[in-house]
Amino acid sequence: MTEDEFAAYQSLSEETEDHRWAFGTGFTDPLEGIDASVPDGVDAVALATYCLMLGDDALIYSHRLQQWMTRLPELEEETALANIALDLLGQARMLLARAGRAEAPRRPDGSGRDEDELAFFRDEHEFRNVRLVEALDADFAELTGRLLIFSSWRLALFSRLTDSADPVLAAIAAKGVKELTYHRDYAAQWVIRLGDGTPLSHGKMQAALDAVWPLVDELFEADSVTAALSGVAADPAALRGEVGAVLDAVFDAATLDHPGAAPMARVAGKSGRDGVHTEAFGYLLAELQSVARAHPGATW
Amino acid sequence: MTRTEGSGSGADLAAAREIAAAVPDPELPMVTVADLGILRDVAAEDGRLVVTITPTYSGCPALREIAHDLRRRLGQAGFAEVTVRTALAPAWSSDWITAAGRRKLRAAGIAPPRPGPANQSPARGGPVPLTLTASRREPVACPRCGSRDTTQTAAFAATACKALFRCETCREPFEHVKEI
Repeated sequence: MTEDEFAAYQSLSEETEDHRWAFGTGFTDPLEGIDASVPDGVDAVALATYCLMLGDDALIYSHRLQQWMTRLPELEEETALANIALDLLGQARMLLARAGRAEAPRRPDGSGRDEDELAFFRDEHEFRNVRLVEALDADFAELTGRLLIFSSWRLALFSRLTDSADPVLAAIAAKGVKELTYHRDYAAQWVIRLGDGTPLSHGKMQAALDAVWPLVDELFEADSVTAALSGVAADPAALRGEVGAVLDAVFDAATLDHPGAAPMARVAGKSGRDGVHTEAFGYLLAELQSVARAHPGATW
Repeated sequence: MTRTEGSGSGADLAAAREIAAAVPDPELPMVTVADLGILRDVAAEDGRLVVTITPTYSGCPALREIAHDLRRRLGQAGFAEVTVRTALAPAWSSDWITAAGRRKLRAAGIAPPRPGPANQSPARGGPVPLTLTASRREPVACPRCGSRDTTQTAAFAATACKALFRCETCREPFEHVKEI
């Protein structure tokens, strides 16, 4: 290490205070100083719910990716997936904060919930994430297949949201687009490497896509919240063609068959966006919320 | 010394700008927040100093440390009332890293970013690149020996903003600030 580099790292420890590098809960508001008023003509309750949907997708999927840490085949995949999970957690924090600000005027006490309340103190039926992000991946092939589908879909969705009539949502989406482009590329390269690899890796990659596919249809289903937000939200059905074309290009390059499994049934007409989740979700949420609920208000 | 009364004056504002611009990035301490393009604005509003910063990546944990460091250094210089604001739009781009910042990164063994994908972003009307075959992008030059014969070993590294490379000429591994 040269003297200059040493000096640079030395400057990190000078006048160190206790909170430096202390990450946990009790963060400052990620939207601090941002004008979070809801534009005229936008349904504030629908906007808050829509931000919860997109925030919950990222929060829950980030948690599933974090559960892979220390279990991945190589150190490079550990850093890649830790970074992807961190990007998604950052998106979740901003979206949950946006939801809290949007709902504030409509709540009895006039104040919205903060990101910690929304993440740690809502119950299962109050979460609005799609069911695709709930399952524990069976193996690394399933991880890459699910990540390819999730990031291709979210990238198409966020690309459209950069024109949202809500400037806060548009700004969050514009940042996310840059990150999701890297996530999708990472996943696509693994799907191609495994699919166009050995007979064993090809078989595992095909089985992984077949296992995940029943949950893909839900990504493109219309819902009443999105329908009430014309000009603010993106129509899920309109994303199907673009996402399908991306996935087909990757599957072709990977010599994989397009998965054809039938969509998972809705429950009494409801699915993830309505707060109806798969069995795996309850276990995931219990782990995610256990510390915050055992020690309310604690920071670490 | 307190400068709260006069922080609207030109001299004080220039001093505040200089102090804010010199705050090091906590994860890349060889460069400052001004070098990285994280510092957006230093202004006076009703006698208060308002510093605006922007996150590089959505989940970047450094932003909180930067805000704290800004308040602390400006406070030591006598600016008692400092508001730190976050600006999300327009989203940060690696193109905002200054020439001085690029020089400092290279001197510390970190390859600076190539021109960003601004013209390929869907927000600007073009398709998002998806690597299905070997990349034909301009190579990343080794920050140590300058060779352009380098290989990416990982698309992600110890922080969200970097990738890992290896130089095939001098055989040294190095980090590269990604283009976004």
